[in-house]
Amino acid sequence: MTPRLHAAPLWVLPPLLLLGLVFFYPLSLILAQAFAPGTGGVTGWEHFAHILGTPLFQHALLHTVQIALSATCACLLLGTVLALLMSFVPFPGVGLFSRLIETYIALPTFLLTLAFTFLYGSAGMLNGALVAALRLDAPPLDFLYSMGGVLLAEVTAFTPFVLRPLLASFSQFERAQIEVASSLGARPWHIVRRVILPAALPALLAGGSLCLLLTVNEFGIVLFIGAKGVVTLPMLVYELAIQEGDYVSACSIALVNIVISMALYLFYKAVLGRLGGALAGLV
Amino acid sequence: MLVWSRPARWALWCAFGALVAVFYGLPLAVIALASVAGEWNGIFPSKLGLLHYRMALSGDLRDQIRASLLTGLGASAAALLAGSWAALALRAHTEAVRKWLSLAFFIPSAVPSVSVGLGLLVAFSQPPLLLNGTTLIVLVAHFVLVFAFTFGNVSAGLHGLMPEFELVARSLGATPGYCLRRITLPLIAPQLATAFSLSFALSMGELGATVMIYPPGWMTMPVGIFSLSDRGEVFDGSALSILLILITLVALLVVARLAEQGHDRR
Repeated sequence: MTPRLHAAPLWVLPPLLLLGLVFFYPLSLILAQAFAPGTGGVTGWEHFAHILGTPLFQHALLHTVQIALSATCACLLLGTVLALLMSFVPFPGVGLFSRLIETYIALPTFLLTLAFTFLYGSAGMLNGALVAALRLDAPPLDFLYSMGGVLLAEVTAFTPFVLRPLLASFSQFERAQIEVASSLGARPWHIVRRVILPAALPALLAGGSLCLLLTVNEFGIVLFIGAKGVVTLPMLVYELAIQEGDYVSACSIALVNIVISMALYLFYKAVLGRLGGALAGLV
Repeated sequence: MLVWSRPARWALWCAFGALVAVFYGLPLAVIALASVAGEWNGIFPSKLGLLHYRMALSGDLRDQIRASLLTGLGASAAALLAGSWAALALRAHTEAVRKWLSLAFFIPSAVPSVSVGLGLLVAFSQPPLLLNGTTLIVLVAHFVLVFAFTFGNVSAGLHGLMPEFELVARSLGATPGYCLRRITLPLIAPQLATAFSLSFALSMGELGATVMIYPPGWMTMPVGIFSLSDRGEVFDGSALSILLILITLVALLVVARLAEQGHDRR
């Protein structure tokens, strides 16, 4: 008789109960608070609907969607360009570059905004150089403390997450296909568009959906930039809870944020599930 | 090779080098430069020195480094234990049950960190569990945020494991505990190491949840960097950032080396 290999099924309970206490229980309280009845006979639903109707929330939602979509498109573009060059026009030392980019996955995102202050801020190197070169009176570039700064930082921070699945997908690409296409007279750009990119579509989808998830939930970059006009959902949750102590509104907005985030996460997981194989190890 | 002409290839390489340098080289370089800057009025900083590092290694900032290290180590260790436990226990279940349970274990990584912080704040500011204002709540938040990564890594390791080793050990009379200690865990040691170092790196850089819940006296490095740069003390902030980067990278490198050695020995 083969011995029973695995432990009894009930062993899964301790970690599940622990996670229930520190994660699912707090999550359920956010839900409960979001629908808590307001003062003066206002029902929970009305209160929730009221908060979702405020310009504060709607602007935050709009900003979040705008930033997430534009940053994701830019990440896909930059990531594709970098991955194509690294995979199909490689040169000695390309590994060093790829390790530098990989490093950013492990580092906190807000470091970029700190660096950008020195690079592109009003007293930064670029403005300093422009003022000196063109003999200007005031710094000419003023995009950092706005949506532009947030976008630039997020594109830099999240392109490595697009690059990873793309490089994995390109490494499995059959090189002979390129030789065949070029011997048939196809130009490089044509090969990229008609042969390579269609094969990399699943990887683009995986990288893009992960990027959407990360950009919707990004907090550090938005907090560090601190632009008055740029408030995203996580930022609004922070402001309402910590600066104004308004937990009910904070929970309502957090709930919307969580629902969007979970939908994006499930989509990402579904894409990964379809891909299987080489990309399965990515969390 | 996609591009055959030599000049075109050189042009593409230069473009690639420039893109990577501007997007990924410059930011790290400029933080390093700022961390040793005494003044920065022109294009380049002046009066270079290690003053900011001396600041960072004494007083308040040293406490932040300590808080970050202890939080990172504690939360990652706890998450490694719980994540491995969950991954190992899931093997006893059928495919369908496993799918749902692993979704439950992965879900924390799908919730924005600020909301995780808010949830803990709401849940543990009231009896019976009054954790608000304690160090423990920071550890709990970091645990929640890194748990899915340890669980995912250990699960991937177990998934790639051939069952024969364990079956043979068990049929030779090894107890389940002995089999786990001497066969299963050593075989997935590289994934355990990766899980721990990834969690540690993640925890070292965590800002969203921590800024919601940190008690006075337990400010982590990211929160410290934010408050420094918010006050305009950007050079001290840069020195603290460089230390944060170094700690994170050293942890990743050391663990990668350990995992490699463990791999060679087998």
